[in-house]
Amino acid sequence: MRTNAKALTGVIMLVVFVLLAVIGPWIAPFDPSMRSNALLQPPSSMHWFGTTHLGQDIFSQVLAGTRSVVFVGAVAGVVATVLSVLVGITAGYLSGTASEGLSALSNVFLVIPALPLIIIITSSLPETSNLTIALVIGLTSWAWNARVLRAQTLSLRRRDYVEAARANGESTWRIILFEILPNLYAVIASGFVGTVLFAVISEITLAFIGVSDAGGWNWGTVLYWAQSQQALAQGAWWWFVPAGLAIALLGTSLSLVNFGIDEYVNPRLRTRFSMRGVRMRVGFTPVLAKETS
Amino acid sequence: MSYLLKRLAFYLLTAWAAVTINFFVPRMIPGDPVQALITKQRGQMTSEAVRSLYVLFGLDKNESLASQYFSYLGQLLRGDLGMSFTFFPSPVSDVISDGLPWTVGLVGITTVIGFLLGTAAGAVVGWRRGTWADSLIPVTTFVSSIPYFWLGLVAIAVLTGPGSFFPASGAYEIGLVPNWDWQFIGSTVQHGLLPGFTILVSSVSGWILSMRNMMVTVSSDDYVTVAHAKGLPERRVMLAYAARNALLPNVSGFALALGFIVGGTLLVEIVFSYPGLGLQLFQAVGAKDYPLLQGIFLVITLSVLLANLLADVAYLALDPRTRREA
Amino acid sequence: MKDRILEVRGLDVDYGLGPDAVRAVRDVDLTLHRGEVLGLAGESGSGKSTLAYGMTRLLPPPGVVAGGEVIYHLDDGTTVDLLRMRDADLRRLRWAEIAIVFQGAINSLNPVQRISAQLMDVLKAHSAGSTPQSRQDRARELLSLVGIASDRLHSYPHQLSGGMRQRVMIAMALALEPRVVIMDEPTTALDVVVQRQILRTLVGLRERLGFSVVFITHDLSLLAEFSDRIAIMYAGQVVEEAVSADLYRTPLHPYSDGLLRSFPALKGPRRELSGIPGSPPDLRMMPSGCAFHPRCPRALDVCDEQVPVLGQSRDNRSVACWLHPVAVS
Ligand SMILES: Nc1ncnc2c1ncn2[C@@H]1O[C@H](COP(=O)(O)OP(=O)(O)OP(=O)(O)O)[C@@H](O)[C@H]1O
Ligand SMILES: [Mg+2]
Repeated sequence: MRTNAKALTGVIMLVVFVLLAVIGPWIAPFDPSMRSNALLQPPSSMHWFGTTHLGQDIFSQVLAGTRSVVFVGAVAGVVATVLSVLVGITAGYLSGTASEGLSALSNVFLVIPALPLIIIITSSLPETSNLTIALVIGLTSWAWNARVLRAQTLSLRRRDYVEAARANGESTWRIILFEILPNLYAVIASGFVGTVLFAVISEITLAFIGVSDAGGWNWGTVLYWAQSQQALAQGAWWWFVPAGLAIALLGTSLSLVNFGIDEYVNPRLRTRFSMRGVRMRVGFTPVLAKETS
Repeated sequence: MSYLLKRLAFYLLTAWAAVTINFFVPRMIPGDPVQALITKQRGQMTSEAVRSLYVLFGLDKNESLASQYFSYLGQLLRGDLGMSFTFFPSPVSDVISDGLPWTVGLVGITTVIGFLLGTAAGAVVGWRRGTWADSLIPVTTFVSSIPYFWLGLVAIAVLTGPGSFFPASGAYEIGLVPNWDWQFIGSTVQHGLLPGFTILVSSVSGWILSMRNMMVTVSSDDYVTVAHAKGLPERRVMLAYAARNALLPNVSGFALALGFIVGGTLLVEIVFSYPGLGLQLFQAVGAKDYPLLQGIFLVITLSVLLANLLADVAYLALDPRTRREA
Repeated sequence: MKDRILEVRGLDVDYGLGPDAVRAVRDVDLTLHRGEVLGLAGESGSGKSTLAYGMTRLLPPPGVVAGGEVIYHLDDGTTVDLLRMRDADLRRLRWAEIAIVFQGAINSLNPVQRISAQLMDVLKAHSAGSTPQSRQDRARELLSLVGIASDRLHSYPHQLSGGMRQRVMIAMALALEPRVVIMDEPTTALDVVVQRQILRTLVGLRERLGFSVVFITHDLSLLAEFSDRIAIMYAGQVVEEAVSADLYRTPLHPYSDGLLRSFPALKGPRRELSGIPGSPPDLRMMPSGCAFHPRCPRALDVCDEQVPVLGQSRDNRSVACWLHPVAVS
């Protein structure tokens, strides 16, 4: 079906990126930081994406930078997801002040502008590495999913089988682990994918304004150098186009995966609306033409 | 407690949380990065300015944390955000009040226009589900995954240059003095078009997607079918029944998403050297100008809270169920 | 009374397209006469709503009308096929000729608009010449028709009780004095007292205004009281159709009999309440022969081999059952 085709395309693209993250630095034709005499060259068979003002190979920089991007996305995604599951399910399952308090906490984190917060924290850190950046992003971006999970848990808690399990005196932990959590996998997965996307864009944005892993490469650092060396004014489009496209492709693959999950969660989005020239329409049910046989 | 009062209380809580974060974050900085600067500039700093930096960064180790916190709050209430290092000897509050109007003008206006345009387009795309309109979705997905600032870079590369109508940087022509005459306003609009357009293109696609999904969800609600059964004109069914209801979650989504959007849009300023808070933030990061960094974070947060409050008022006006009967 | 107004012929309705389509209504024939109340009964899931919305083309996706005709007789003697009308014509005909009260009035009203706006927009859409004042007067009149104080006119739906919303929907259905009103379980969500009160109002209005009603419910005793004729549905098919009194006294199809034994009778002979054992078939895996035979207490050998068709049986009743074979004329 179409949904699966979309999600499958997303997953395949994602697998390619993860693969590049693992082998990228090894298969890169050049050391990404190595200078050469080929200064600011447009793409050629030698340098597929051209070179920088110092003669560095941009193709190698983008390849090598994939690892940092995927690493930060994954770590931040995991941290934020674990936090959001803890906060969201607890807030949804408990009631009273504890629940109100946790949900107020997530709302506070939701409303405070995320990127500026991440910027002031990372720029105050003693050292910035991929890990610290990932942790800061993860620790500040769990709120949205926590909110979604809380709402879902609230409605699950009122279902008959959960009420029944409670009446049977099952322990809270058993109920949460075996009755509630399995129903939330899709929502959690979708939240994870969304956070990874946010983390990737945040990391790249941070690198673009000059906060990044010292000495390492990612797509944002490529753009940072392009911007600070006036690549635009010199007409060096190849300096910023590949990194930007890489971001957009990674982002698209994540969004495609999320479409698949969304349509799985919300059946109203899943219904096929046109097939063999018949278009489904609210208010005017299609009438199939008699087969002429 | 009425709806608005509740929200107001929540925003006060959030503002307090932001202030408290702002108090603790600089205390993580190892050593005394500020101390060095104070020492360097001591000759030109008034003792009052030095004192306020001490309070901001907790350099006064003799005081207890609690009393540091209260003197910090007191100082904020007086509007004293310390002294900027990059723009020395301007106080942070002066630097920010130079940048704020530009940001509010550019980011504020384009965000609202983006929301309105995207919502309108999403309503149409969702209503025309199953037609060519569906093919817009992959395109908008792709566009919404591009970081705002990168789109700005592309816009500059493609649309500016010698002889182009669009200037590549700044908020107005160099040499003009900011005032309310036509020449200046014209120049401002001309400079704002490209960055504004960049923000619009990237933010619109997100709204199209979310409004489309809401439209699809709402369209199968019973009252929409009833409206069709009543034989109402299609426009009325779409607008007064489907879109009107789909709008509600989109407005509350707007409020929640503001915190995410503002971060991205600020970065567009950097690319276009637009003299707003985003550019100042960039300069502050580069120069490790902590007081300015802190001040900008605080002001952005407060502006987002204010925008949230406005969105709440809009929601209140749109949904009769939250309104109290007089 | 014998004048036809609405005829459904060979109607098939599916959910879904292509290979994963399920047929929820199968080859249904049904005739509604002027001024009569036709009851449509059957267990939950038997396809009553699907039939009602399918024939008016109001079935939401993934519903599809797969075949058949729905002939409507206009006052001037001409006929139209609802399934083959252009959108604009169908829109004009809707509500002015055929109005529907949907199952679950709670969700039938637009939550963000006042009742007045929802009553008046339909007046405006169908009579371009009316003034806002005349529309408002009419809206007030309609509300009082169903017993709602006219100061409720400007309320929002959430400010009304469930019963009031149901009445508002009935008032709305009568706004244009339609010839046919289709009511899908208009009262099931309400308590018995309110239920009867609303139905009495309705029957009174019908006598005054002279419209026909298709009344859908699974409560047969309610139908016996309020309708002229009854059609019984099982698994998407009409299995029996008769004058109410006949069907109530002597149901021919074992399924009709079972249905009658599922509700306490309010008048007439007392029956033992036994209900029907088993559950309706999965539409994807319909049994061979008569769809009811696996649950039928009186099934014959022929029942799982051949499909009985709905036709006049020897005793001049319409039934699709091998116990009452179709009379060969
Ligand atoms: N969206 C759908 N997709 C697939 N099958 C559906 C869908 N909606 C309804 N059905 C099936 O169509 C059949 C008829 O449903 P319908 O709603 O017409 O029953 P009903 O007689 O009105 O029942 P009730 O008395 O509960 O209202 C049911 O078996 C149901 O499972
Ligand atoms: Mg029904």
